[in-house]
Amino acid sequence: MAENKKMEKAASTNPVVKYLKDNMGIIIALGAMLLLLAVMPTTRSNFFAVKNIFNVLRQNASNLFLSCGMTMVIILGGIDLSVGSIIAMSGCFAAAAVVNGGMPVGAGFAIGIASGLIFGLFNGTVIAMTNIPAFIVTLASMNVAKGIAYVYTGGQPIRCMTTSWKFLGAGYVGPVPTPVIVMIVIFAMTALLINRTKFGRHIYAVGGNAQAAVYSGISTRKVKFIVYSFSGLMAGLAGVLTASRLYSGQPTAGEGAEMDAIAAVVVGGTSMSGGSGRLGGTLIGVLIIGVLNNGLNLMGVDSNWQYVVKGVVILLAVYVDYLRGLKRAAS
Amino acid sequence: MSEYILEMHKICKTFPGVKALTDVDLQVKAGEVHALLGENGAGKSTLIKVLGGIYHAESGEIVMDGRPVAISSVRDAQENGIAIIHQELVLAQDMTVAENIFLGREFGRKFNINRKKMGEEAQKLLDAYDMHIDANKRVRYLSIAQQQMVEIVKAISYNSKILVMDEPTSSISDKEVKFLFTTMRGLTAKGVGIIYISHKMSELEEICDRVTVMRDGQSVGTKVVAETTKDELIAMMVGRELKAYYTRDFSKGGEVVLKCQNVSDGKMAQDVSFELRRGEIIGFAGLVGAGRSEAMQAVFGLSSLKNGEVFVKGKKVHITSPNDAMKHHISLVPENRKEEGLYHIQSVRYNSTIEVLGQFVRHLHVNARRENEIAQKYIDMMGTKTPSLDQKIGNLSGGNQQKVMIGRWLATDPEILILDEPTRGVDVGAKAEIYKIMNALAQSGVSIIMISSELPEIINMSDRVYVMREGKVQGCLKHEDVTQEKIMQMAAN
Repeated sequence: MAENKKMEKAASTNPVVKYLKDNMGIIIALGAMLLLLAVMPTTRSNFFAVKNIFNVLRQNASNLFLSCGMTMVIILGGIDLSVGSIIAMSGCFAAAAVVNGGMPVGAGFAIGIASGLIFGLFNGTVIAMTNIPAFIVTLASMNVAKGIAYVYTGGQPIRCMTTSWKFLGAGYVGPVPTPVIVMIVIFAMTALLINRTKFGRHIYAVGGNAQAAVYSGISTRKVKFIVYSFSGLMAGLAGVLTASRLYSGQPTAGEGAEMDAIAAVVVGGTSMSGGSGRLGGTLIGVLIIGVLNNGLNLMGVDSNWQYVVKGVVILLAVYVDYLRGLKRAAS
Repeated sequence: MSEYILEMHKICKTFPGVKALTDVDLQVKAGEVHALLGENGAGKSTLIKVLGGIYHAESGEIVMDGRPVAISSVRDAQENGIAIIHQELVLAQDMTVAENIFLGREFGRKFNINRKKMGEEAQKLLDAYDMHIDANKRVRYLSIAQQQMVEIVKAISYNSKILVMDEPTSSISDKEVKFLFTTMRGLTAKGVGIIYISHKMSELEEICDRVTVMRDGQSVGTKVVAETTKDELIAMMVGRELKAYYTRDFSKGGEVVLKCQNVSDGKMAQDVSFELRRGEIIGFAGLVGAGRSEAMQAVFGLSSLKNGEVFVKGKKVHITSPNDAMKHHISLVPENRKEEGLYHIQSVRYNSTIEVLGQFVRHLHVNARRENEIAQKYIDMMGTKTPSLDQKIGNLSGGNQQKVMIGRWLATDPEILILDEPTRGVDVGAKAEIYKIMNALAQSGVSIIMISSELPEIINMSDRVYVMREGKVQGCLKHEDVTQEKIMQMAAN
């Protein structure tokens, strides 16, 4: 009995300490990068200048939203390639609604977000009801969404410069950029969903052993449907935020955004094989990708080399996690 | 020239912790069909794999045509004229019949396979056995029986002297079986020796000349089929002392809590009728493929009922999903914990509490203390050994994993508990503990259905035993009347 008391104690450590321990590898990586930026000379402005920090946060809000959805999708053992294209489509629809349709900004944003949700519902339905791999389904919807954005806009951006339009992506709430507020809300919401609901546990179950989940009485179809719908919704939100920040709906927006989201999730410690992973790690993954992009720019690194650096950093982060996994298994 | 085309003398094979084969002897004559008979786990597959070069025996010798041979790889076995047709077909589905037959020894040069010649040669072989199969057709489009024929032709084309057939008739119709037997007779007429593994006694009588019985990793004896009886063979298969691991407080049971009438899932479970009384443990015996797991899966809502009725505590129910079943306080611990139960990457805690999330996850809050309490309660109850609740379940031993699985379902507080092979892959000590717990549960009023392929377990634990064969319940034996022989009589035909 005394043994059990000890066991319980070991399990319930300080959550902050637990967070640091679980994500030690990537926190160190992030720390190292920030250190480097503090020390190295930059050809452009100082990384730590408030203006720059705010910039970094604004630019990566979109990735955070996508990554929240992508974390759930990858824990489920799937993938969502359509989110980047949804950003383009959703931003264009929102801009068109306001500029061409004369609707208020709020309604325009709602339409943009809804378009993302609809694509998510489509992805979710097909993936849940058939055994077509998620890769294929979302690859297809990625192309459809991209196509829709181009066809609808004729390849041209739809500009919108009003103050109310710019507020979401480029505005401030007091001293804080608006996107930061939204990021906190969305991140908290996703964290609650994954960590504090029965549904969250079900995602891990279906991703870890779908067959066992069926035997456990979990509706794998329902779980898949909801997760992909959520991912689409997040992409829709990212789309309107991006359009707001860029003062326009652009069919070229979000190009490659799905890759940054996947990178952030994987660097954050979530395994592509499904069934495990932490949202907390994703947050750091987003920061790493964000700091990397921005930092390399500030250091004047050739944009082509930036790809190489990014790839190497992702490999390193995943490798460190792999080594830690081996160590855990051996103990 | 030896009378025997194949002799295996005193073959021994050990795996970590298990002695799979002990001094096994087998002798096969040229031109005979020699049956290899034994329960699940008797060692038949292991012996065959040693013969086929898949396993390497620690001691013993293999002699072919009077000459000792060394078989340390599949290639060696093939070169010595040994061909095995496995239970699970191993053809490349998207390649043609001809390509499959000559896989690994294609005609022509490395970069220029002579497909035309392959097709012709393959067709010649198929026609020689009167098989009516197009050599250029993709295997995927053939029926299972035809695929089996292709496997046979492939094996023969190696000029095999010994052909091993492992449960060849498990998935083919009677008509196709007749055709298979005709082909076999053609082969034996040419001097090929066939080792035939099957549970179906009627087939033995029809096609086999002699039979060797195995039990617990040993060869018990060899008989001429025409000179022995089914009863004698069964006695040889099961004859061992029942080891009592515990005592069971047998019970007549209270009122009927579950009644199934003519239940069928349209596939493996054809006509299943039984009753379960409160506080009883009823055993379901039968051979692999008898339909026991499938019947229980239908009761649990994992598959749909094509026919029949289910009554829980006297009231007719329509269970269409596991959630429905759980609402009626029915729980099922599946047969294959690896594929159907364990969340391998997750902790013992997660695996223990996944069924009862509602008890500690509420209003966007996880009551960690309550979760630990629940997990710990069932760890203690089952006597599971784990360093902590955080331990990844994949690191636990098989016995402890199984205990976590059972504990998981006990946490749902079932009134009716279905256990499918509850002690499979579990060490002796853990088995005894699981039996003890089952007994205690029954005494406290839980009604248990236990599916098992281990006869001693069925006999020692069940108040009554239902025996199934080919999808139907053949009969029910009370514990005071049950014997292994009676079960096998009903289970095999």
